[in-house]
Amino acid sequence: MLTLQEVEHIAILARLELSAEEKERFRRQLSAILEYAARLQELDTSGIPPTSSVLPPRSVLRPDAVEPGLSVEELLKNAPRSENGQFRVPPVLGLE
Amino acid sequence: MTDLTQLTLRQAHQALESGECSSLELTRATLERIERLEPKLHAFITLTPELALEQAAQADQLRARWRREGGELPPLLGLPLAVKDLLCLAGVRCTCGSRILENFIPPYTATSVERLLTAGMVVIGKTNTDEYAMGSSTENSAYGPTRNPWNLRHVPGGSSGGSAAAVSARLAAAALGTDTGGSVRQPASFCGITGLKPTYGRVSRYGLVAYGSSLDSVGAFGRTAQDVALVFSQMAGYDRRDATSMDLPLPAIQLEDDDSSLAGLRIGVPDEYFIQGIQPEVENAVRRAIVSFEALGAFVSPVSLPHTEYALPVYYLIAPAEASANLARYDGIRFGARLDSDNILDLFTRTRGQMFGAEVKRRIMLGTYALSAGYYDAYYGQAQKVRTLIKRDFEQAFEKVDLIAAPVAPSTAFRFDEHLDDPLAMYLEDVFTLPANLAGVPGLAFPVGFDSNNLPIGMQLMGPHFREDLLFRAAHAYQQTTDWHQRAPSLS
Amino acid sequence: MTDYEAVIGLETHIQLNTKTKIFCSCKADSWSDAPNTNICPVCSGLPGVLPVPNKAAIEKGMLLAAAMHAEIQPLSYFDRKNYFYPDLPKGYQISQYDMPLARGGYMQLPLPDGSVRQVSIHKLHIEEDAGKTKNENGLRLIDFNRCGVPLIEMVTGPDLRSADEAAQYLTRLRQLLRWLGVSEADMEKAHLRCDANVSIRPKGAAYLNPKTEIKNVNSIEAVREAVGKEIERQIREVEAGHKIEAWTLEWDEDAGVLRKMRSKETEADYRYFREPDLLPVRIHEEWKQKVLSKLPELPLERRNRFINQYGLPEYDADILTGDRSLSEYFETAVKTYSGDPKRVSNWLMNDVLRMLNESGLTADQLKLTPQFLAEIIKLVDAGTINNNTGKNLLEKVQQTGRPPAKLVEEEGLARVSDDSAIRSVCQEVLAESPKEVESYKSGKVTLIGWFVGQVMKKMRGKADPNIARKILEELLG
Repeated sequence: MLTLQEVEHIAILARLELSAEEKERFRRQLSAILEYAARLQELDTSGIPPTSSVLPPRSVLRPDAVEPGLSVEELLKNAPRSENGQFRVPPVLGLE
Repeated sequence: MTDLTQLTLRQAHQALESGECSSLELTRATLERIERLEPKLHAFITLTPELALEQAAQADQLRARWRREGGELPPLLGLPLAVKDLLCLAGVRCTCGSRILENFIPPYTATSVERLLTAGMVVIGKTNTDEYAMGSSTENSAYGPTRNPWNLRHVPGGSSGGSAAAVSARLAAAALGTDTGGSVRQPASFCGITGLKPTYGRVSRYGLVAYGSSLDSVGAFGRTAQDVALVFSQMAGYDRRDATSMDLPLPAIQLEDDDSSLAGLRIGVPDEYFIQGIQPEVENAVRRAIVSFEALGAFVSPVSLPHTEYALPVYYLIAPAEASANLARYDGIRFGARLDSDNILDLFTRTRGQMFGAEVKRRIMLGTYALSAGYYDAYYGQAQKVRTLIKRDFEQAFEKVDLIAAPVAPSTAFRFDEHLDDPLAMYLEDVFTLPANLAGVPGLAFPVGFDSNNLPIGMQLMGPHFREDLLFRAAHAYQQTTDWHQRAPSLS
Repeated sequence: MTDYEAVIGLETHIQLNTKTKIFCSCKADSWSDAPNTNICPVCSGLPGVLPVPNKAAIEKGMLLAAAMHAEIQPLSYFDRKNYFYPDLPKGYQISQYDMPLARGGYMQLPLPDGSVRQVSIHKLHIEEDAGKTKNENGLRLIDFNRCGVPLIEMVTGPDLRSADEAAQYLTRLRQLLRWLGVSEADMEKAHLRCDANVSIRPKGAAYLNPKTEIKNVNSIEAVREAVGKEIERQIREVEAGHKIEAWTLEWDEDAGVLRKMRSKETEADYRYFREPDLLPVRIHEEWKQKVLSKLPELPLERRNRFINQYGLPEYDADILTGDRSLSEYFETAVKTYSGDPKRVSNWLMNDVLRMLNESGLTADQLKLTPQFLAEIIKLVDAGTINNNTGKNLLEKVQQTGRPPAKLVEEEGLARVSDDSAIRSVCQEVLAESPKEVESYKSGKVTLIGWFVGQVMKKMRGKADPNIARKILEELLG
């Protein structure tokens, strides 16, 4: 059902590097799952609103008041690579 | 001398009250038992013995002050708690069962955990979990699986397998878990203990690492409904840091020791949950339990939840879709593991590709596909609409009954590697628990028997939104007249 | 030879001036802060944290929507816009997709030829900002200070017809944003960001041709220049028989040229879906009315009213309504003065405006209140002081904050019209300048001006120069 190309496309969208073996395995497994999920098409949902939250809609808002956040040290404590208080990433985007 | 680790929260509280033991003694006994049994069970990813002893000492000081000044000794003060490694505790690493967060130390504590710490509980460690809560057996943890205390060759269930095993093996009287598709109720059932999935929005999700944001809930394990109710009452309630937490008062949950009448309670039994393929012993035990409810005064009648069979495809489109976005933040930049490269695209794809486990990658792919251009309407869009139908099923049923009784899983705990290369078969384990998450209703699982292999059988009660009190009342009554919940696995 | 018309649409991002960010309680403004000093777990996308929307951000969005004549929606949703970029911590941006805060809207742009260009608004929604990427010494560094700042994205229809109109729209928009108090709208500080979509077509055609997108224009003048150059380029290309391709162009401010950006990957698939961590925004009529009751008369409305009600020329009206507090100052002064509004306008546009520009104050911060200004003009009208004294008095009142009448009294600034006083000074001057008297009597009558000057000097400007002149002429025979 899913082609190898489609699997590769999704993997790029999701930023996941997959081995050739993984691509084929996922292709099979995801196809089976999606085929099973296709049974939802049996149901007539015309006029049925989607549920994006089980809670009733109401505005939950916060007052506009400043509160202390994290210090640079705390934020950078978990950082893999940093420089002068900033996070460091490779200079090239890599998107062609 | 009582084995302190065998005490329930309630019993331990009484022991602390009477002075029979101190929190330090209780905590030490717990830590010793853990040391002995952990090599077999592997319920924990990170143990926090120093922190626990510190907190226990503080609790004992507060207890001494209480003794002098009088008043009521807080019911959870000084009692040990295990916390699923998906809930953040400041200063302690939170791995989420993943290699990517192997060294991540959050600077904040989850609200649910914070409230229990304020109540004086003692955190003994972070328990094992399927990676990012994705799994039904805890086999997807990057830190190795947890074993079922009733039979070490069987899974404890998942994703909160570590917490369930810990409580079952008496490594803690209470533990926190999370339930997105059944991850508290199913392991509770597999491990013979009581587990609560609260109403969505009842317990704050702040500090819970997100998997399926519209489905996630923080739940609790204990050996009795009374114990679970105690933990729930303490951690539930509005939190301004969670815009999806409801500002509703908590009903008083008083469960007295001789409360066993359920006169006036209407329990519905949905045909759709008693499908072909259920292990016969499971079905029998559940039906027997339902008869017990009748004997306690409840009025039992059939109800229909017609869209139950669609819960699985709906869940396995919505949860992965939300997960695909929730896990996009793991990019190796601000925290977590990083496989460096000379360009950003490779940095992202390599880090994520090599450090996420297979199940996580599979769900991210599934979710990305369900949301992608051209497929949104047929998959995610349709799933959202069918979700409405499933939610309405419950609303309509609750017009006729107060509670719904059902099995938790189609079988008792299965063996390791049983669903090794068949993710769909693994997903099918969740058929009975998923609907409650999709509808947002609360569910309470508790033991109702054992199969011929001495593996626990659980059942669940589901209730209307925000009626956890009804669940506790019914389960408590059942536990007053049965002793399944008092059985312990034989571990030395 | 075909006559072409340009078809321009502008996409703007407006940084709201709330105190805190949109989904967390960090400060919103971190322009002068060191990198990564204005962050918290929520805006830096750490695991397990949740967004909570800022009420003030929604309310400012509502004000802007109303001022742009858009319909505020009673129910709107937040959505996740999913894409990967190093400065986007969560890997998605919380924005709005198909159920935004407001729908529709327009701005009526007055054009120099007197006509009005109706610029339609196609999109108006609220979203969060991302962080900043910097390239320093070959390193790419990320600063998350700006993550989570509330933005309003506003997109016009393809309704503008020239580079000047595009600049005009931005000028009016900036004015409006400051007028409403919802944004500082300083393009250089990225409070107001703009991308321009440009295409051309034969004049009178109704269809749209492929458009190019211009990015990295950081000032209104840059927009004007870049759009102008692109229109010219497209006309050249089409005349040469080439087709216009949908390029993305980057403006190079230093070189003053547009460069084709490396073409992006195929149109990004943002996989929008409802933000599950946030409930929809419900705007009840009551809340809406409460917020909109704060909606002031809008700049263009006030401009037109000044023209009609006070009979002011367009030029005056434009300047006086350029800034909200200035326009309010003007009206208060006119009400107090209750005379010819043009007179107040002249005083305001020349001397008071200069004072404001030099001091950097806003009109409501002046010690020279509108009531004081009216008083000064009245004093000049009545002849109590002369014009020059009046101008100097403006400064004095601004410095001291004291009422003009009091200052006139204390410093003896009143114009002297008393004949005898002037007469004696005139006699003095003539007595002291025999040579000039001689010259005058020999025919150099232009010296009368000099004599008047001398009298004015002696009387420290307080004499009525006309009376002085008459007396001198009389004395000189």
